[in-house]
Amino acid sequence: MKWQFSADAPIYTQLVAQIQMYIVSGALPPGERLPSVREFAAEAGVNPNTMQRAMAELEREGLVHSQRTAGRFVTEDRARIQQAKRQCAEEQIQTFLEKMEQLGYTRAEILQLMEQQGKGDG
Amino acid sequence: MPVLECTNLSKSYGPKRALESVNLALEPGRIVGLLGPNGSGKSTLIKLTCGLLTPTAGAIRVCGGAPGPASCAQVSYLPERMAVPGWMSVKELLGFYQDFYADFRRDAAEQMLADLHLEPKQQIRQMSKGNREKAQLILTMSRAAKLYLLDEPIGGVDPATRDYILSTIIANYNPEATVVISTHLIADVEKILDEVVFLREGQLLLHQEVDALREEKGKSVDALFREVFRC
Repeated sequence: MKWQFSADAPIYTQLVAQIQMYIVSGALPPGERLPSVREFAAEAGVNPNTMQRAMAELEREGLVHSQRTAGRFVTEDRARIQQAKRQCAEEQIQTFLEKMEQLGYTRAEILQLMEQQGKGDG
Repeated sequence: MPVLECTNLSKSYGPKRALESVNLALEPGRIVGLLGPNGSGKSTLIKLTCGLLTPTAGAIRVCGGAPGPASCAQVSYLPERMAVPGWMSVKELLGFYQDFYADFRRDAAEQMLADLHLEPKQQIRQMSKGNREKAQLILTMSRAAKLYLLDEPIGGVDPATRDYILSTIIANYNPEATVVISTHLIADVEKILDEVVFLREGQLLLHQEVDALREEKGKSVDALFREVFRC
């Protein structure tokens, strides 16, 4: 797994976003056991307390759950993962639209461009 | 109970005030960046903490008491300059540390020496500057201390070793212990810090959690440092 951090946001929110991405993309499949906080922190090169905080947030969001003795696991609730995936997609689209609007495109023009691009790739 | 507590702590060298009325408390289980430009008092604060200097005014408490033999047994200090005998080999140094510190973990030290490809039979003075620094850092981190004071631990080593050192600090992380890292390489250490302390001309400018700071200012500690200390 690759980890990248930008300068302008808290590290734990970036950790949450990246682990969430690994879960919705299936790199961390449903029911997968996660490394311990310390191992995970060492792998990502971040502070263990920061990783702990990111895990707590992911638990709150229902994407991971911990079992008292066995460790922490990715949720097996596929509907929840789908929902998170949809949410990620919407955020990406939102960012994309904002950038395109900055470039001066209207919604109709953006759709047209995307269709052309789609054909070009196919 | 804080591992380090300074109350109106001041230190002067003759007429020069190196620290002025610093109030600071560091809790256990934290990795703390001690940051500030050259001459801002970072090393003075570290030396006061391990009892190498005595305060001009104010008080300092380390692991619950004044600095002394009891606190030194719980504080592991990496000085900015080499402080081990150059004629000793790495292996002899392991024995030296084992004799002096009850909390020295020889197996951990040997593992790290192997990871960094340091030859145990080599004398310290025969080593390159970077390898000397690595050897000293390994000795420092191999103690099971309550407080680690690392004065410029990564300045002289290559970026790959820097990564190894930082991951070693994370891997040795102990919820009972606090690690204080003084450095100018803020961007490199920022991700592993819980909190930062900014010193300017001997005064405490800021003491805050890194993520809270990034959230509040919308920029990294590195960027903030450059802004605050612009020359």
